[in-house]
Amino acid sequence: MGSCSSHAASIPDWDDIRRETGFSQASLVRLHHRFRALDCNKKGYLCRMDLQQIGALAVNPLGDRIIDSFFPDGSHSVDFRGFVRILAHFRPVEDEGTGIRDPKEPEPLNSRMNKLRFAFQLYDLDRDGKISRHEMLQVLRLMVGAQVTEEQLESIADRTVQEADEDGDGAVSFLEFAKTLEKMNVEQKMSIRILK
Amino acid sequence: MFLLLPFDSLIVNLLGISLTVLFTLLLVFIIVPAIFGVSFGIRKLYMKTLLKIFAWATLRMERGAKEKNHQLYKPYTNGIIAKDPTSLEEEIKEIRRSGSTKALDNTPEFELSDIFYFCRKGMETIMDDEVTKRFSAEELESWNLLSRTNYNFQYISLRLTVLWGLGVLIRYCFLLPLRIALAFTGISLLVVGTTMVGYLPNGRFKEFLSKHVHLMCYRICVRALTAIITYHDRKNRPKNGGICVANHTSPIDVIILASDGYYAMVGQVHGGLMGVIQRAVVKACPHVWFERSEVKDRHLVAKRLTEHVRDKSKLPILIFPEGTCINNTSVMMFKKGSFEIGATVYPVAIKYDPQFGDAFWNSSKYGMVTYLLRMMTSWAIVCSVWYLPPMTRETDEDAVQFANRVKSAIARQGGLVDLLWDGGLKREKVKDTFKEEQQKLYSKMIVGNHEDRSRS
Repeated sequence: MGSCSSHAASIPDWDDIRRETGFSQASLVRLHHRFRALDCNKKGYLCRMDLQQIGALAVNPLGDRIIDSFFPDGSHSVDFRGFVRILAHFRPVEDEGTGIRDPKEPEPLNSRMNKLRFAFQLYDLDRDGKISRHEMLQVLRLMVGAQVTEEQLESIADRTVQEADEDGDGAVSFLEFAKTLEKMNVEQKMSIRILK
Repeated sequence: MFLLLPFDSLIVNLLGISLTVLFTLLLVFIIVPAIFGVSFGIRKLYMKTLLKIFAWATLRMERGAKEKNHQLYKPYTNGIIAKDPTSLEEEIKEIRRSGSTKALDNTPEFELSDIFYFCRKGMETIMDDEVTKRFSAEELESWNLLSRTNYNFQYISLRLTVLWGLGVLIRYCFLLPLRIALAFTGISLLVVGTTMVGYLPNGRFKEFLSKHVHLMCYRICVRALTAIITYHDRKNRPKNGGICVANHTSPIDVIILASDGYYAMVGQVHGGLMGVIQRAVVKACPHVWFERSEVKDRHLVAKRLTEHVRDKSKLPILIFPEGTCINNTSVMMFKKGSFEIGATVYPVAIKYDPQFGDAFWNSSKYGMVTYLLRMMTSWAIVCSVWYLPPMTRETDEDAVQFANRVKSAIARQGGLVDLLWDGGLKREKVKDTFKEEQQKLYSKMIVGNHEDRSRS
């Protein structure tokens, strides 16, 4: 691992990646180092197994869902660009001056809405834009394991969907989800700071 | 063409003379001191000179980087992300508090925002986790003129390249043949010596000879690797009937410990050269070798080890409870087998200085031969060995707690990070019990304990 230099120039398309994700050059170099450390067989991309071997992730109740988020649309491999694109959601939000953003530029990956959208996707497994009662139950079951009975979980799921659901369709859409969490400091709770 | 003939013989003569000189030097400066256990201090001088050169090299690289207005890549051993050490409960309460204005009492409930905690924790481990980085070589702060540890290739000036080239020449053309010759001498002396001692009748003379043959050969092997070892607290060295445990970084650990003390080795029977050595040494003194099939049977292993330690005339056993090689920045979970036997445990902490050559054996990356070649083409192997005071199992603690206590003592002395994870993680998946603990903690927050359930 030590003999290759992780200089920015060794990362393909690094300038595009930097613009798309907003990571600094130093952060990208560190993440590339990490990407190569996770890539056991030096394939140049990561597969599910590479992420599953991280012990601390395997004990996270939502570990599998988080791993799935790296492989959208049924793909089985993720290259460095895709890897960093997901991690970019967790980049801390700097005070760039609100409202001066160029409307033609796409919304930055780490905006509040995109962070919320990422969390929403962890609930919404079939990607239909709504969290149904069944999906809520599934996530709850993952987080509590065998510790809670089915009736208790169902009542919790029912109550949560009812509280958040405004248009009465029995499911929580993304806008309803965002509304429930409007007071939450999403920017801080869903941010990971990379040391310089 | 005919004119070259006299030159040919001249060259052959020169070669012959230089080889003779080389081998005389070898004998006088290296092998003879090894036999008697004394040292001329040549290796320490060598180390000091190298340090000065490395410091100079790093300065040049930093200057080169500054000229180009870039920053040198500096590795972080403590992780690349900022982490808050708060517990699951506190974090989730914080998240809920920031999301709602209603007064937060302690009633158990579920909030949509709870997912943020697990989500962020999961992402943090993807970016940086404690275990994965322990299985690759430790990264150095300054360059040691080996291309294998260089992360900043593009800042090397011409002078530095020349110095590096000189280093390659010295290491591969002078040090490597010297070391291979020494290793060959050491191993053959060990095999021949122990076989010969094996023919003697059992008694004090045989023991005396066996001890000295072992020590002498290990000392030659130590010099074959140019290992510069500093032993601390030698008064705590393991005694007969005890078990010596140490943290494991590479197979060289055995040579390092055995060159300063007389131990009974424990291990699996191998084929090839290792097998030859194993069969030879067991003739001179009772080492404990297991067949491959016996290793799986934990009771058999425990029984044989217990028998060995009960016999006070037998040597202390050397065991590495981690079960696998770790990169010497941390100590991983100790397997409880050796701590159940009930003998006195003599902990030993081994810390390598990676500046001169990284001793970590990454068995998934390098085979044994490649590893040894890498060792022999490094500058030196520098390490410190601390003999810690003996420990015994208290009446109220079980084997696992005792193992953890010993592990913490070793980690503290060696300046290593004390981890609870199992070193076997690099090959197997983690157990589900850890995940269940997290799930238990979280369920308490959303449904409370059994006593609270009667309320709703």
